[in-house]
Amino acid sequence: MATEETGNVAAGAAEQSGGMPQLNFDTWASQIFWTAVALFILYKILNRSILPRISGALEDRHNAIADDLDRADELKREAETATETHRQGLADARASAQKIIDQQQEEIDAELAAAEAEAEAEIAAKLAESEKRISEIRAEASGNAQQIARETARSILEKIAPGLANSDALDAAVARALEKSELSS
Amino acid sequence: MAGKPAADGELVIDPMSQFEIKRLVNMDLGIIDLSFTNSALFTFIAVALTVVLLWVAVSGHSLVPSRAQSMAEVFYEFTRNMVRDTAGNEALKYFPYIFTLFVFILACNLLGMVPYSFTVTSHFAVTVFLALSVFITVTVIGFMKHGAKFFLFFWPMSAPPVMRPFLCIIEVISYLARPISHSIRLGANMMAGHAVLKVLAAFVGALGVFGFLPILGVVGITALEFLVAVLQAYVFAILTVVYLNDALHMH
Repeated sequence: MATEETGNVAAGAAEQSGGMPQLNFDTWASQIFWTAVALFILYKILNRSILPRISGALEDRHNAIADDLDRADELKREAETATETHRQGLADARASAQKIIDQQQEEIDAELAAAEAEAEAEIAAKLAESEKRISEIRAEASGNAQQIARETARSILEKIAPGLANSDALDAAVARALEKSELSS
Repeated sequence: MAGKPAADGELVIDPMSQFEIKRLVNMDLGIIDLSFTNSALFTFIAVALTVVLLWVAVSGHSLVPSRAQSMAEVFYEFTRNMVRDTAGNEALKYFPYIFTLFVFILACNLLGMVPYSFTVTSHFAVTVFLALSVFITVTVIGFMKHGAKFFLFFWPMSAPPVMRPFLCIIEVISYLARPISHSIRLGANMMAGHAVLKVLAAFVGALGVFGFLPILGVVGITALEFLVAVLQAYVFAILTVVYLNDALHMH
């Protein structure tokens, strides 16, 4: 077949080999040679430029995703820290507010107590003064009553027995009587 | 792909003519004929299409992939995972070779689905070459990794001692049969589907009004052939990985 000049390698051979061009071994060398050449070229191009690009792209994406996840993790941690700080601040504020309230309460209590004490003292002073005045009035009143009683008794005695009146004895009797009446009243 | 009813009404079915090798550039070196043929032309078209498609897909190289880039990446990861899952991380250094083999066969198979094109992988010359390359490479890897211990691969230690010599013979035969089944599976699948399509297409003209029946058949077989084209490329690739796994880990 190799010497055939018609440009058709297989036609004659195919007829000889029962119509299967696959079994025309004259064409095998050419097929194997060109397949090998094509495979070699394909392998070189794939291995040199295409496969590294694909694996590079995949790796880049993998790294980008990993980086993003890392950053998300970091942000989450930051957010947690912020929340913790916030909570701490809230607790501090609450505590200081409570402290201020307590202090204020104490101050108010103290002021109240002081005011109360002052008022009590004032009241007590006024009471004492009032009592003093009452006793003065009473003493005055009782003094007046004694005098009135003595003068009344003397004038009665003058009317009944003039010149007989012993003023000292009279005074004593009047005082005794008054005392008795005061006790009984 | 069209049927060829002869002018005189006699039905001529010649399903094998589509596989004929035609010399395009004569490179007959006397001892060996390396002529550039239609087979070689379509081999290079397949390679060129593969390279162009993948190049366009990866030239963007963006973090958020385009559709083409995403397909290339899915294909890449699919093949890579196939290699790793079947043969372990150790096999990943052979990944570029397996990927090349996979895309090459896939491109040739799919290019063969284009009407009036030539299916390179329907020729046993190509599939036998590919299968033998895999067989020899994998065997060399096995001996380089395990030395003479690789012969133990054929010595079934788990079998009863009396049975071992017989099983060893079977193991050796099955090992040597690998390139045969590996190559015939791909070549025969591609050839048979295309021949069936041709035969059915030839009936379209012959049946006249009822020609729509074989057309339905052609449509169905064409769909099936697309499946076979992808599946056989995958089967060839995964069998390569399985053989590689045997060489690396000896079961």
